[in-house]
Amino acid sequence: MNRYQKIVYLLPAILTGLPVWAQQRFPKPEFETGYVQPATSQPAPRMLFLEYFDVFVLVAALTLATWFVVRKRSRQGVLWTSVFSLLYFGFYREGCICSIGAIQNIVLAVFDPSYVLPFTALLFFIIPLVVALFYGRTFCAAVCPLGAIQDLVAFRPIELPKWLQKILGLIPYLYLGLAVLYAATRSEFLICRYDPFVGLFRFDAEFQMLLLGALFLLVGVFVARPYCRFFCPYGVLLGWMSTFSKKHMTITPTNCIQCKLCANSCPFGAIDEPVEEQGNRRSNVQRLMAYLLLVPLWMGIGGLAGSMVHVPLAKFNKTVYLAEQLVANPEIKQDQNNIDARTFMQKGKTMDELVTEAQSIRSQFYWGGWVLGGFMGLVIGLTLVKLSSHRNRNDYVPDKTNCLSCGRCMDYCPVKN
Amino acid sequence: MNDKKTSKPTNRREFIQKGMRATLGLSLAGLAGVAAFKASADDYVWQIDPFKCVSCGRCADYCVVTPSAVKCVHAYDLCGYCDLCGGYLKPDANALSTAAENQLCPTAAIKRKFVEDPYFEYEIIETLCIGCAKCVEGCSAFGNGSLHLQVRHDLCVNCNECSIARVCPADAFLRVPASSPYLIKGDFTTGNSTSNPT
Repeated sequence: MNRYQKIVYLLPAILTGLPVWAQQRFPKPEFETGYVQPATSQPAPRMLFLEYFDVFVLVAALTLATWFVVRKRSRQGVLWTSVFSLLYFGFYREGCICSIGAIQNIVLAVFDPSYVLPFTALLFFIIPLVVALFYGRTFCAAVCPLGAIQDLVAFRPIELPKWLQKILGLIPYLYLGLAVLYAATRSEFLICRYDPFVGLFRFDAEFQMLLLGALFLLVGVFVARPYCRFFCPYGVLLGWMSTFSKKHMTITPTNCIQCKLCANSCPFGAIDEPVEEQGNRRSNVQRLMAYLLLVPLWMGIGGLAGSMVHVPLAKFNKTVYLAEQLVANPEIKQDQNNIDARTFMQKGKTMDELVTEAQSIRSQFYWGGWVLGGFMGLVIGLTLVKLSSHRNRNDYVPDKTNCLSCGRCMDYCPVKN
Repeated sequence: MNDKKTSKPTNRREFIQKGMRATLGLSLAGLAGVAAFKASADDYVWQIDPFKCVSCGRCADYCVVTPSAVKCVHAYDLCGYCDLCGGYLKPDANALSTAAENQLCPTAAIKRKFVEDPYFEYEIIETLCIGCAKCVEGCSAFGNGSLHLQVRHDLCVNCNECSIARVCPADAFLRVPASSPYLIKGDFTTGNSTSNPT
């Protein structure tokens, strides 16, 4: 077959337009010179046993961190474990797989029937939570690479006013809710997309990502661990577990002698000071009851607000966005430079099918908005309840929800075993 | 009497703590149980379904790895070994030669090797390939479609959500079991007869 014959063969193929894979346009030649066809190379992915080795390292690091925090009471030990975790999970594993992102895999497994969950992701999600249920957030202290990198730069921590901490502390709940919403609607993995440090771990990322990471580290010099305290969605779950943990880290090994040396030692503002109930008991209880009764109202307002913003929320879904674009500007269907519109026209899907699909996703966002808003209402309501409830405290104790078990305060305690 | 009074609140608090701990433990176990139904012991990696790919070129731009972990591969089984290769030569090439001005590939990542008259072998030099899919487009439009994109797993860092998959207009990115991580045309024949009704 010479060149001209090929062009003749080529013409009908060009005329019919669409690529035809069904039949080979040009049959494979039969070679006479003993030519041996090379094989298409297929370099293998990372070995499976290494993925399980990561789980083993996670368990080992968690065990070590927990032992250092709860039994050994050694800040040095915690620090070096966190350096190891930063090197292993951060720079060697390049920040992926991580427990924070695993939230989305779990959610997707629950909501997407076609998704297959790698068992390692399930383990990465569940193991730190189980440990937190027994020993507090030792995962945050020394295993999470995102926490470790921020912990190492917290040189000049300043104390944020309590009210600001409380307000900023609501962001993780919102972030968690949004991440679950976007994973459940199969839109995207929000947490992974806005992971601030993964670019630093890889030494390679787009500019915005590196900028975000650098910004977090810069702020982290003065506000210790800003991502952990005011963004991390996994921290919310760990906080719930840690609040009711069986054996949480304590500041003093035995009895507190009220020396106040630890009072300013916590860079995260997670030490509760001794407090006496103020004011009249009866009116305090009444206020508490009033706030409790307000919780359903908060949930209702939140849910309504959430459902009202479902249209902009749904815009982040690829299908919904494309449908909106095509309905609003039908002329882009002809635009060859608009890759999404061009591909949609090529695929031969009708506009009706696309709009129906987008509408069903939008209705998922509508109900998701109710749930998300209701959840945020519940969080706000309970935060107010907690603020208005009084619990007498005689000693300096770690706030179990927000304590990251880093162990700094233990070094300040003069009471030794 | 006095003793009882001081010990009672602690007991209540402990009871709540224990109850909540059990509740949280059970809900964790429940969630893990539901998720475990979907779990597989195998790991999953990203791959491109070459029959869905529309060679839009985003693979070159959106990968977190620079240059992209998506490369063109050559399914030799499908190749017609054409002299006039739609993947190698520009449509308006003025000669069937290896001269730079005739090459479609912006990085000259395709090596053209004479086999026997009139056949030529085309090989991808992966270190040069940026995954722009220009050759894929040419090969699919004018040839057999033996050149196509694949995620190369020696380069891919296997992000939890592939940042190219998020913007792929054709939804061609799939999670595939790590034990069979490639979808090479030829040995992967699903869609061969169904993806295109023509």
